[in-house]
Amino acid sequence: MDFSLSKKEQLFLQMIREFAVNEVKPLAAEVDEQEKFPIETVKKLGKLGVMGIPIPVQYGGQGGTNQMYSMAVEELSRVCATTGVIVSAHTSLCMAPILEHGTEEQKMKYLPKLASGEWIGAFGLTEPNAGTDAAMQQTTAVDAGDKWIINGSKIFITNASEASVFIVMAMTDKSKGTKGISAFIVEKGFKGFSIGKKEMKMGIRGSATCELIFENCEVPKENLLGELGKGFKIAMMTLDGGRIGIASQALGIAQGAMDETVKYTKERKQFGKAIAKFQNTQFQMADLETKVQAARLLVRSASYKKDMHIPYSADAAMAKLFAAETAMEVTTKAVQFHGGYGYTREYPVERMMRDAKITEIYEGTSEVQRMVIAAKLFA
Amino acid sequence: MKIVVCIKQVPDTTEIKINPVTGTLIRDGVPSIMNPDDKGGLEVALQLKDQFGAHVTVITMGPPQAEAILREAMAMGADRAILLTDRKFAGADTLATSNALAGALRVIEHDLVITGRQAIDGDTAQVGPQIAEHLHTPMISYVAGVEFDGKDKLTVKKEDEDGYQILEVHTPALLTVLASAFKPRYMTVKGILDAYDEKEIEIWNVDKIDVDEAKLGLNGSPTRVKKSFTKPQKVAGEVFDVTPEEAVDLIVAKLKEKFII
Repeated sequence: MDFSLSKKEQLFLQMIREFAVNEVKPLAAEVDEQEKFPIETVKKLGKLGVMGIPIPVQYGGQGGTNQMYSMAVEELSRVCATTGVIVSAHTSLCMAPILEHGTEEQKMKYLPKLASGEWIGAFGLTEPNAGTDAAMQQTTAVDAGDKWIINGSKIFITNASEASVFIVMAMTDKSKGTKGISAFIVEKGFKGFSIGKKEMKMGIRGSATCELIFENCEVPKENLLGELGKGFKIAMMTLDGGRIGIASQALGIAQGAMDETVKYTKERKQFGKAIAKFQNTQFQMADLETKVQAARLLVRSASYKKDMHIPYSADAAMAKLFAAETAMEVTTKAVQFHGGYGYTREYPVERMMRDAKITEIYEGTSEVQRMVIAAKLFA
Repeated sequence: MKIVVCIKQVPDTTEIKINPVTGTLIRDGVPSIMNPDDKGGLEVALQLKDQFGAHVTVITMGPPQAEAILREAMAMGADRAILLTDRKFAGADTLATSNALAGALRVIEHDLVITGRQAIDGDTAQVGPQIAEHLHTPMISYVAGVEFDGKDKLTVKKEDEDGYQILEVHTPALLTVLASAFKPRYMTVKGILDAYDEKEIEIWNVDKIDVDEAKLGLNGSPTRVKKSFTKPQKVAGEVFDVTPEEAVDLIVAKLKEKFII
């Protein structure tokens, strides 16, 4: 068993770290405060190949591993969780289902422009009345002979206002329950498709989270993704992969808060010495460091299994559950270590704490992760 | 246009510690990086590749682990990488190093050689100019700007302490480059994957290069290290809020206390 990174992965880590520190970190506070989608950063990431890491070369991607993709999301989120989730949703929720379930024509049409970052991708499953109970889809797709007609709406869609391509779930046969849901590839310009309200969020404020509105939206016949009635299965498989991305994001947020807290507690002096010299600081930080490292091993293990085509659904759920709860704990304690300063926007830990919370909620709440893990345990 | 960029792996620290007994660098635990000025030089070469389709070779002399910076250079866009490694190179000072690199350059077809101004570990700024001497090639040091006419003429901005000169030079030539003037590009994901999966590093020993072996390694190095030491750490200064008259007395007293006057 080898826990070390290959030289190739080490070099990749060096590259993405340099980029994150030089290009992403300086914008993080502005992205948060102004709810600004970092489009310039996304373009730069596209040029470097980061928007298409695990996509094969023949579809315009880099032919890299899910492990590298996960490391990229981690390192970007370490300095800016908004940037991390943009890459995660784009890669795991839009490109991955096209790659795994698309026809050759669909892959050739959509993947090269997505993998280069020219197009940004998004994914629409959640509805006002279908959150964790995703089977309660009310959006419908009706066969109109030469096209599909979609009606309904989706909410909380990451990347929505910036995306060109959307993977959308809609009910094609209500009588069949989850087996009546199908997946579609929807383009920004399709007739009857529009972007609705943009959410004002607690954290990841630059990530452009909006409503999708379908009013007799016309989708070409060939844009059905996968087989008719397989949409729910596709969505669940997609979320398994997405959880690796969000686990990586949570891990990055936790690591970023550790970085800041180590730095601050070494500098901050009270009672005549750096607060890092107090045993309370040392013991608490040792516990947090242990949890961050444990989260990292879970994330790496889930990514490894995905790369090796070993079933990884429960692994991804465990990685996301543990990394998200670790991110929340680490960032909360990071604010505490920073004291009054930590509660201000002068230090980034305040933002990191707000950013961390969403990782316990989206792409399956922590409760959903426990359901997934338990389902395997008691199978 | 064929360009060769000479690069060096150096410890990534401004606080290099030295073993007080042996007087040698303690490299354990210090990460190694591509020397910043050399990376600036590679950026110049890659810009010429972007504009004129130049072919870029990187070369380094060092132990086998110096391979890491050659992979990094290829991940940034270099076409070919050569590692000069041989026990006979060991213990080289700047002269022996420049002899080895010049020996390699004699057998690599090139129009332009680029080196960094100096390495952050040795800070000598000697190797680039010495290579030019060995090769009888015109050389411009402290380069902060390069324009190429697409044929054989380079217009070069050479920085001085208090200004700059604009110089023209015809290839073949050698430039030593300042990192501060050329922000190096990032590696690309594809570059990294190709650097390991598609490209090979050529490993060259003494037999592959055109040089007098007596001029290499410790035997070819006239420099002898008399003494190495770590600079004493500066302690925090004291601040006195006093009148100018009192300050004079205070300063004199302090200087006497330290036996400076």
